[in-house]
Amino acid sequence: MFTGIENAFVNLPQALKADWPGNVWWHWVIFTLIAIVFFLGSVIMFIFMERRVLAKMQARIGPNRIGPFGLLQAIADAVKVLTKENITPSNADKIVFWLAPAIVFAPVLMVFAVVPFANGAVLADLNIGILYAIAIGSLSTIGVFMAGWSSSNKYSTLGAMRMVAAVISYEMPIVLTFATIIVLTGSMSLNDIVIAQGKYWFIFSQPLGFFLAFVAGCAEINRSPFDLMEADSEIVAGFHTEYSGMKFAMFYLGEYGEAVVMSTIIATLFLGGWQGPFLPPFVWLIGKIFFVFFLMIWTRTTLPRVRIDQLMKLAWKFLFPLALINLFATGLEVLTFPNGLPWYFIPVNFGIGVVLVLLWSRLYKVGWGRIEIQ
Amino acid sequence: MLETYGFVGLFIIVTLGFAAIMILLPVALRFLKVVPHHPTSVKNATFECGMETIGKTWVQFNFRYYFYALLFVALDVLVVFIYPWATQIRQLGYSGLFVIAAFMGIVLVGYLYAWKKGALEWN
Repeated sequence: MFTGIENAFVNLPQALKADWPGNVWWHWVIFTLIAIVFFLGSVIMFIFMERRVLAKMQARIGPNRIGPFGLLQAIADAVKVLTKENITPSNADKIVFWLAPAIVFAPVLMVFAVVPFANGAVLADLNIGILYAIAIGSLSTIGVFMAGWSSSNKYSTLGAMRMVAAVISYEMPIVLTFATIIVLTGSMSLNDIVIAQGKYWFIFSQPLGFFLAFVAGCAEINRSPFDLMEADSEIVAGFHTEYSGMKFAMFYLGEYGEAVVMSTIIATLFLGGWQGPFLPPFVWLIGKIFFVFFLMIWTRTTLPRVRIDQLMKLAWKFLFPLALINLFATGLEVLTFPNGLPWYFIPVNFGIGVVLVLLWSRLYKVGWGRIEIQ
Repeated sequence: MLETYGFVGLFIIVTLGFAAIMILLPVALRFLKVVPHHPTSVKNATFECGMETIGKTWVQFNFRYYFYALLFVALDVLVVFIYPWATQIRQLGYSGLFVIAAFMGIVLVGYLYAWKKGALEWN
């Protein structure tokens, strides 16, 4: 019984291979549906999980009325927001104002074209998969800036400015960290990267890389403690101050969608994607995605919001040099042992990571409730 | 191989359509009288916590954003060149590593100069 189910999940992707004549269209239809359903389902679960876990950590209860354990809260919110009035400010730039939510939302969904759910179970196994994910994922920033600029509101413009500055600053470390993974595998295809993690996951051979990617990823998708663009105490709600109704919901969806994308990419690159014993591959992938998102919620509840100068310094003076050093150290290791790193590089790399982080932390001055960088 | 790009292209069209439907759904529902639509001049005014807006909205923004934008452009080009090297590192060997390190060094001189000049500060 169990092996039958497992075989079905293992054989399904092979049966739907794109190069099997006649099945190309079915492959596309099925995986498009899977990607969209997976995206919407995980966004709903992420919203529920964030609210409940946040509530537990703050000794509250959280939403628990609609559906079992409040699971359907996000759907109720969606219906509410759909029937609300759409307000367009009279001095807004109308076309850009209406276009912005679509440009924020669409790229987030596009990234799921290259995410493998099992061995070969991927809509399009691009040989530039990771590059595609980075390039398309960054497009949402343009939508956010369009929203901030077209709203004709000073706070929106400020929020959008901060967002663009933060995203382009944290783009550097995250892209360099992904390059480190490519150095290890020699391929940009996400499926090949997951297959290369058969022996051990890259979080063990790249602990510093995981740390950098996680911090930079949190900043890239504007999660707390880096959520300066919608710092409620300073600028009303950032770029979506003037939005209401369904357009606001699309920004909300896009924000959590970015969290799903970032968790998925980190889980695929560092935690072994669909690799794992006993359970079917896609269960492992979903479990890892939710684990990464749990870490993000944990960071959010623990740390206070940073100032804009600290945000910029952290990106340019801490993460960027460390990512460069990590890239070249990994390049040297790979060239010294071209047939795969021996096991003792796991503690060595861990040591390198700890030493580098401690050394660079000496640039920071902590005291009297302030953190400054010399 | 090319047909996978075709899949991605079709998927992009589907996502754009999905986004368009989500935006236009409330507009359609407005004609069915489900979504209300009662605009007034106060409701459509710029929202600034109850205060009336003073002056124009599209003001000059902070000059410091330019520094980061310039640095970003320079270093992003560098990263674009790193990706092909990273995929072929085993074939290129030590000479490739040396070349990319020299190339990186040239760009990093500018980065260190910006650091020393205080362009990375926000003061």
